[in-house]
Amino acid sequence: MGRKLPPQDVVIVGLGWTGSILANELTDEGLTVVAIERGPWRDTASNYAPNYAQDELRYRIRHELFLRPSQTTFTFRNKSSETALPIRTWGAFMPPNGVGGGGVHWNAETWRFLPSDFVLRSHLTQRYGARFLPADMTIQDWGVTYDELEPHYDRFEYLCGTSGTAGNLRGQIQEGGNPFEGARSRPYPNPAQQQPFGATLFAKGARALGYKPFPQPSGNMSQAYRNPLGVRLGPCSYCGFCEWFGCANYSKASPQTTILPVLMRKKNFQARDNSEVTRINVDPTGKRATGVTFVDRNGTEWEQPADLVILAAYTIFNVQLLLLSKIGAPYDAQSNSGVIGRNFTHQTISDCTSFFDKSKFVFNPFIASGAIGMCIDEFNGDNFDHGPHGFVGGGYMGQVQTNGRPIETTPVPPEIPRWGARWKEAVRDNYQSSLKPGTGVHGSMYSYRDVYMDLDPTYRDRLGRPLARITMDFHDNELKQNRFLTDKFAEIFRAMGAQRVVKEYRKAPYDITQYQTTHLCGGAVMGTDPKSSALNRYLQSWDVPNLFVMGATAFPQNAGYNPTGTVAALAYWSAEAIRTRYLKNPGPLVHA
Amino acid sequence: MTIRRRDLLTGTAVALVGERLAKADVISGKLPWHPDAGSPPQLVRAGRWEFFTGEEVAAVEALVDRLIPPDPQTPGGKEAGCAVFIDRQLAGGYGHQEGLYNLPPFHDGVEQQGPQSEKGPADLYRAGLAALQHYCRAQSGNGHGAPSFAELATERQDEILGGLESKAITLEGVDGKKFFEQLLKDTMQGFFADPVYGGNRDMCSWRMIGFPGARYDYRDWIGRHNERYPYPPVSIGGRREWTPS
Repeated sequence: MGRKLPPQDVVIVGLGWTGSILANELTDEGLTVVAIERGPWRDTASNYAPNYAQDELRYRIRHELFLRPSQTTFTFRNKSSETALPIRTWGAFMPPNGVGGGGVHWNAETWRFLPSDFVLRSHLTQRYGARFLPADMTIQDWGVTYDELEPHYDRFEYLCGTSGTAGNLRGQIQEGGNPFEGARSRPYPNPAQQQPFGATLFAKGARALGYKPFPQPSGNMSQAYRNPLGVRLGPCSYCGFCEWFGCANYSKASPQTTILPVLMRKKNFQARDNSEVTRINVDPTGKRATGVTFVDRNGTEWEQPADLVILAAYTIFNVQLLLLSKIGAPYDAQSNSGVIGRNFTHQTISDCTSFFDKSKFVFNPFIASGAIGMCIDEFNGDNFDHGPHGFVGGGYMGQVQTNGRPIETTPVPPEIPRWGARWKEAVRDNYQSSLKPGTGVHGSMYSYRDVYMDLDPTYRDRLGRPLARITMDFHDNELKQNRFLTDKFAEIFRAMGAQRVVKEYRKAPYDITQYQTTHLCGGAVMGTDPKSSALNRYLQSWDVPNLFVMGATAFPQNAGYNPTGTVAALAYWSAEAIRTRYLKNPGPLVHA
Repeated sequence: MTIRRRDLLTGTAVALVGERLAKADVISGKLPWHPDAGSPPQLVRAGRWEFFTGEEVAAVEALVDRLIPPDPQTPGGKEAGCAVFIDRQLAGGYGHQEGLYNLPPFHDGVEQQGPQSEKGPADLYRAGLAALQHYCRAQSGNGHGAPSFAELATERQDEILGGLESKAITLEGVDGKKFFEQLLKDTMQGFFADPVYGGNRDMCSWRMIGFPGARYDYRDWIGRHNERYPYPPVSIGGRREWTPS
């Protein structure tokens, strides 16, 4: 055991979105709070200033703002029967690192989940019967409802200055918004962003097919904004360097642009960067956390005692820390018992690349923001009758192209060679007249008995701790869903006048080298029963009541939307329970 | 079990006890701020080769010029500086997999588990280029004075590249397909990356496709649909005509 620091009221592991939200809420209660962040301090002027932020090689290709695998990584295999190998360089997802976490380099797509997503198993069982679901599908209800989360979604959107068009205001469907969304208590704080040509054309094509397109809700500012904390953001300049990049214009909602300027000035808050928490300490009863142990940049180990521990790292690291700290029963796929590592999910993504007549179409694909685009939601969640189709789940789809950065986005038709004179000519001919949304079909991934996380028996990190091991493959339900959605998506591009639409279905096996999204979810899920969940409905550990676990870690399965809006809403929901109930009477907020 | 609202003085105690921690590791009471903060990229200039030997330079310049051949409007890979780009990348952290997970044991898995090589791109180029030269010389009778890759006719160079890509040609001691894929990836990155890294000379690839580069503000163009953006590209390093001679 290393040196011991003076106790604090609260220790937070990780200073990304949820760590910043919890720190700000709990310091408002007068508590002393320390946040311990594995990566470095990051700010606009030092790390992504406007004279060099727009560097595709440095940030997109070489991953400068992300966790480096040399610091820690995961191992991966498709099936329990295989040997997992380490992810030596990132591919399928991009784990964040540093102050601001994924909030620094996200696209700022700020969605709410559907009301039915939160009661998924009951809803689907009621509508289709229990036998409609695959036997090994382990989806469950969240234990919290959309109506309970609505004020917290609202709070996050107003913190961020989310730009969008409401589709459902207090139950009244609004023209131009998403008619399928849950009721919102008030409009978005900012109007929707302007849309480039490709997105506008998509909306036209979608309307022609009878759909109701709407602008993607965006944490990129459509105009200057001052949030309720008094922090100001500038208007987005549609630079085309958003996801994978930090925003040099203070136009993308991030902890840096919405919370940290207030939080950092509070005398009862401190942040420790370049310090990696290696375990949560518990007392001999195993029922109470006593704080955390971390290693600073010099390799020195410290103990930080605290009365309340908030785990706010990225999904996989939350689960890894719970396993390493022996909190909660580890999931065992063979016996289908235990909860830590269970119901691990990702997202089911696919795309279409469309080629238009170059004499008639000029898209200027480099004019974009991270959460730009027009979308439809007709095929998300249970917005359509799944009965005839034999699968469950769905996703939004849209022309949501974030960039025309040339290393990544120079599409050519599939029969063109990958090099040589024909390739060069095809790049020149198609750059301005093709559309490549990237993650155009954004489908759900539901949970299964054989998709999970545990600790790897062989590979270790630089500190000698076992790496987290991912066992994941696609199931028929998701592949069917993706085929159906991708076909619908392609029809819209044809309606837009594309000469050629190339469908890129998601295929099995799950491939760790192909970027999909960074939306890894689950592994320590929330719920109503300690046998099938690690956390109660307030994100409080069933086993250790003075431990709360933030993040998409708590999602029992993943919906067909980007997760950050829901991650943040859950953080505010949990913070409110801590402030109004837990602090008055520390102990379990729900009795199992 | 209670939550105590601790006295703010605790912070002072932490500072004393935590003296051994690097000062920058504890941030409290203000947003950190430093004058002239920033970490702009180092500008690469053509000149002395940092990784490739003379014979390797000739081969790499020939290779990148076939992957991206010159045409009347746009330079090829060689003139665009792709070899310079690759040279500087290999001499830097990229060449030896800096920042990647490089702990043993090393096993080849299935493709969807990703690359599992202990050796980085620098080793692959050194071995791959040597094996390619060996292959070329062996093909032409193994005699002294047999042409190297750079000396072959462009049609023959294309055949060899195509053979490596399709695995029709194997190299001795090196995975020829893996070498090809590495070379193709790095060449494309050099061609399209900002010119500050040594490739994409004078933003030639950006001019070719109409990418405006580092302009960073299109508010006046987002609403102008189906109109070609009219302004020439800008690099992080500016434009040649802006640089005083």
